[in-house]
Amino acid sequence: MSAAEPLLIVNGLLVLPEGPLVKGAILCEDGKIAALGDIKRREGVALADANGALIAPGLVDFGVFAIDKPAFHFGGITRAALMPDQSPVLDHPARVRFAAQSGKPDLWVHPLAAATRGLEGVELAELALMRDAGAKAVATGRQWISDSGTMARLLRYAAMLGLVVVAHAEDGGLTGNAVATAGEMATRLGLASAPSEAEALAVARDIALAEMTGARLHLRQVTTASALTLVCAAKQRGVAVTAGVTPAHFMLSDLAIGDFRTFARMSPPLRCEADRQAVLEALADGTIDVIGSGHDPRGPEDKRLPFADAEPGMAGAETLLPLTLNLVRDGVIDTARAFALLAGNPARLLGVEAGALSVGMEADIALVEPERPWIVDSDRMAASAGNTPFDKQPVQGRVTALWKGGAALG
Amino acid sequence: MTSPASSHLGRYPAGAAAFPHRGLMGIAGLARHEILFLLDEAEQWVELNRQPQKRDDRLAGLTIINAFFENSTRTRLSFEIAGKRLGADVVNMNASQSSVKKGETLIDTAVTLNAMRADAIVIRHASSGAVALIAGKVDCPVLNAGDGSHEHPTQALLDALALRQVLRERGGSGEIAGLRVTICGDILHSRVARSNMLCLTALGAEVRVCAPPALMPEGVEAMGVAPFNDFNAALEGADVVMMLRLQQERMQGQFVPSPREFRYLYGLTLDRLAKAKPDALVMHPGPMNRGIEIDSNVADLAGRSLITRQVEMGVAIRMACLDVLTRTARGAEGWS
Repeated sequence: MSAAEPLLIVNGLLVLPEGPLVKGAILCEDGKIAALGDIKRREGVALADANGALIAPGLVDFGVFAIDKPAFHFGGITRAALMPDQSPVLDHPARVRFAAQSGKPDLWVHPLAAATRGLEGVELAELALMRDAGAKAVATGRQWISDSGTMARLLRYAAMLGLVVVAHAEDGGLTGNAVATAGEMATRLGLASAPSEAEALAVARDIALAEMTGARLHLRQVTTASALTLVCAAKQRGVAVTAGVTPAHFMLSDLAIGDFRTFARMSPPLRCEADRQAVLEALADGTIDVIGSGHDPRGPEDKRLPFADAEPGMAGAETLLPLTLNLVRDGVIDTARAFALLAGNPARLLGVEAGALSVGMEADIALVEPERPWIVDSDRMAASAGNTPFDKQPVQGRVTALWKGGAALG
Repeated sequence: MTSPASSHLGRYPAGAAAFPHRGLMGIAGLARHEILFLLDEAEQWVELNRQPQKRDDRLAGLTIINAFFENSTRTRLSFEIAGKRLGADVVNMNASQSSVKKGETLIDTAVTLNAMRADAIVIRHASSGAVALIAGKVDCPVLNAGDGSHEHPTQALLDALALRQVLRERGGSGEIAGLRVTICGDILHSRVARSNMLCLTALGAEVRVCAPPALMPEGVEAMGVAPFNDFNAALEGADVVMMLRLQQERMQGQFVPSPREFRYLYGLTLDRLAKAKPDALVMHPGPMNRGIEIDSNVADLAGRSLITRQVEMGVAIRMACLDVLTRTARGAEGWS
């Protein structure tokens, strides 16, 4: 297996950056996409038959909490942007450099530098040094930076360095020790909760500061109607803001936390049904730019606990693609937009030449059978832990082959 | 003393169908007739507890573990007395002196208790949902003695029993349906409030909850109760006033400016009580903060205050729960 060996994948449906699916082939040379469409096979070119499957870009999973190669490859993920919330925190150039190398050659990890030392939200970390050590963006981690002065300085500095700032948007004062969204569910369960406006408040402030400083702001998860309205308005004003979401927030409402199911404990917490509908609308109208898995595999020691004591997060890498394809089947988005959300847009945010099928891009390619059914089983996942709220649910869409830089994986 | 079997004849499904639950997690899972079944079962124990010889040996040989992961005096004592009066061997586990402090997980503690072959486990824990988590890992019935801000089912049952009894003593039918009950205090953090909202509405009462906005849970109307911020308005026409203390231990940040200010707006004084019905009853699950949410002269109001009665009923209700929940294991007639 050599990345240099030319490869021709034929007989597939090409998922191009825009427009409908196109029957055709893709040629990869020197690890890059060399040609697309109706291609004749040359001597010395390896051949792969897609058998009518989708030929799609490998997914670029924006904002994962662990490097979990088997899960990523199962899910068709060839690149992952790693959150700085590691142990130790990615707030030092050496750690960033190590993380950037940790998946190669078959998975590229793009570390997100910690915005502040120890992610404590107080002192800025060495962002320029970390950028040159391989950090592709800066992130505030799981936390919101509560001090507006610190956030403004961070945005200014990151703007100068050309780094996108990835923010977690929950007003800490309103959130407190909340583990659920205020509403009937949290009230019945007796769980500490925060109003969904905690998100809108944080989004409003961060957008205002981004507008003031000219920084590029990516809100990793926007999950409420009011916050999405703010993002949409800011985009219309020309503010450089983008928004992401994970499948949990467009698939589930806070009904899922009934019976204190800790696998449904998320950060931000699951919202009411009206907010879920607003997320679907924002996916359809372009307000949301990125769908990431937020992959955070957690074993029983973190999850088999009382709800409020359990860690938030889910193992999402394997279900990222099939759950997003639900949106295509439901007519919310088309296939091209699904892969823009999963690969093209996150690649652009990271500034990497990947995530789309166009000539010159890195040959990160997934063959996808979009209708192929399978059942999520938390006991038999490729991920290092099976904490999924979608356990035992039937889904459709499976990756059948994956290439990273033109080299076959698995 | 009438035997429970005959007095219940025809009022409930026969045998184990009268209470088809493995444990008692909360009022939320109970049907109206199941609540009434437990109240009726408790009546015989009220009688027994008033005799000089308070002993019934139906749980002889059974081991009941009281696992209290949160401090408690009255509830633990009440469960302990209940178990002992039924002849069971009652063991108390106090979390402060257990391996919980040494980092053992809750699940491991549950598995350990299970391995000791308890016949019933009574659990109190500071986290909502913790008791159900343990119940899923043990083979014997589990009774929730309070989990976080979620539920405290035996408290709601004993409150209903105390209420019913006093209403009967006053010459009524003991019917809770149609009563207007005002629950006032720290609704947000109170498991007693949640269980009582569920229990009283299931029994047909009109329930009002009253608290300052910061202590009122969002969406509480969905539980079938009417929220009030104004205590005077909430008291109007009330048949029963139930006061709750401020749960400082569950508060992160300041929820009310001061105890004095809380008393000013929400303290039950004699003057305020006059806004309720003339013979309105006063309840409090304890522990009371006299002079804050309730004045001493209200708490001790003869013929109106049910506070000590509530404590008395607690033992009877817990005896009923322990008896009913162990019937299947004991092979009681119609329950095996």
